[in-house]
Amino acid sequence: MSLLDIRGIDVFYGDVQVVYDLSLTVNEGEVVSIIGGNGAGKSTLLRTISGLLKPAGGEILFDGQPMHTRLPEEIVEAGLIHVPEGRRLFSLMSVADNLIVGGHNKRAYPHVPQNLAKVYEMFPRLQERAAQLAMTLSGGEQQMVAIGRGLMAMPKLLMLDEPSLGLAPLLIQEIFRTVRMIADLGTTVLLVEQDVRHSLSLSDRGYVLEHGRVAMEGDAKELMDNPHIKTAYLGI
Amino acid sequence: MDLIFLLQDVINGILMGSIYGLVALGLTLVFGVLKIINFAHGSFLMVGMYVAYWIVAYTGLHPYLALFLVAPIMYFFGYQMQQWLIRPIFVAERDVREPITVIIVTTGVWYVLDNLALLLFGPDYRALSPNPLKGEMIEIGEILISTPKLFGFIITVLTAAGLYWFLLKTRMGRAIRATSLDRDAASLMGISQWKIFNVAFGIGTAIAGIAAVVLVPVYNVYPTVGVPFDVKSFVIVVLGGLGSIPGALLGGVIIGLIESIGPNFMTSTWTEAIVYGLFLLVLFFKPSGLFGQKYDW
Repeated sequence: MSLLDIRGIDVFYGDVQVVYDLSLTVNEGEVVSIIGGNGAGKSTLLRTISGLLKPAGGEILFDGQPMHTRLPEEIVEAGLIHVPEGRRLFSLMSVADNLIVGGHNKRAYPHVPQNLAKVYEMFPRLQERAAQLAMTLSGGEQQMVAIGRGLMAMPKLLMLDEPSLGLAPLLIQEIFRTVRMIADLGTTVLLVEQDVRHSLSLSDRGYVLEHGRVAMEGDAKELMDNPHIKTAYLGI
Repeated sequence: MDLIFLLQDVINGILMGSIYGLVALGLTLVFGVLKIINFAHGSFLMVGMYVAYWIVAYTGLHPYLALFLVAPIMYFFGYQMQQWLIRPIFVAERDVREPITVIIVTTGVWYVLDNLALLLFGPDYRALSPNPLKGEMIEIGEILISTPKLFGFIITVLTAAGLYWFLLKTRMGRAIRATSLDRDAASLMGISQWKIFNVAFGIGTAIAGIAAVVLVPVYNVYPTVGVPFDVKSFVIVVLGGLGSIPGALLGGVIIGLIESIGPNFMTSTWTEAIVYGLFLLVLFFKPSGLFGQKYDW
């Protein structure tokens, strides 16, 4: 049984349909990439999985439990954690408080001190800047806080929405290395990216979203060699 | 004029101003978290004053001991008010961050509460009895300080410090700050927005209850007693910066000082003109207020 099983969901913004009959699975221990251009519905899909949007049809199962009927905070409680696009840090709170809030849910809160130590071990720079307001950090550091904040929630499945957005090439590599490390430590990762080359190279499988539909899916290596992906996304 | 009188007025202004600040503190907290303006805040103060008045009248408790009953009662009252009256508007206008309809609803609550008080208790001005603090003064040299106002000042400082500690150091406090900065991101942290709204509204109302207990020994209770405080609170909150705790206290003290020192130099009715003039100047030149955040969330 898959850890995350999405069956034929439709999502609307008002009257406009953004996601059409979309199905997708993520197995335990996998890294799965969702790639696609602007407006393909990637972020909408993640917002739907985490309960910020409700699908008009279809169902979302996590660990065999239905998620599409639950509130965002209940979905977090189940271990499905979403690191949103654009980082969305609590700008006027300190780095440490941002991380502690990440562990707000009942399951994770008793483990906040240990998890905080783990996050600082992973990102030593955050420990140096623990007392600083989040808005004073550089883009790369902010992304580290965003990922760290997601880890504080003790995810079973971590969904990352464009972690490389707006970062310098060197930092992008660092962020992807971190994502790979998180996966190697045993967390299942669902990665949404526009940086197709990087995200596919660290993933097990991938889905290509176009106009709110799954246009292609398969093994990450095979997708990289696919002529359509090469011309449309890799520019080769 | 005599310097000693001026000093007396300054002290009085600071003490009374801090109590204004305490009323405004509840309003600024509710605004900071829910981004809505609660026009019924003055009426909550009135309700708190009646609750304190009746508790003291029936049990003979010392008014400051009544605080431990009034604050929880008002917390519960505010919590339910948000749950049953404000929340449905947020649900109905879920695409709007600060539904304007809330202003109309809270104004309605203000009228209903004030008139309900009129219906139940009549228009009489009631003075607290028994009132162990009545006319109590502390003498320092030639300066007389009203004891209940001094206690009011101390309670204000303690309340503000306690609120600060709560917001900075507790799980709930951090969740409240996170929700006030970014609701959706807070949801993704597993924070229940509605719970936070209820709690924040409850705390704001409980602070109005604390202010009510502070006021009841020095102020008569009557159905529209909240109105002047309501209006002052808005001026204070705008002056100090919407959502700012130090801003609310400092804004309160500024208004208190204008009201107590002003009449030495002009007819006392002019002090209102100065207060509102200042209000307009702040809106023109520093709309975010003295301590307001320039950054919206």
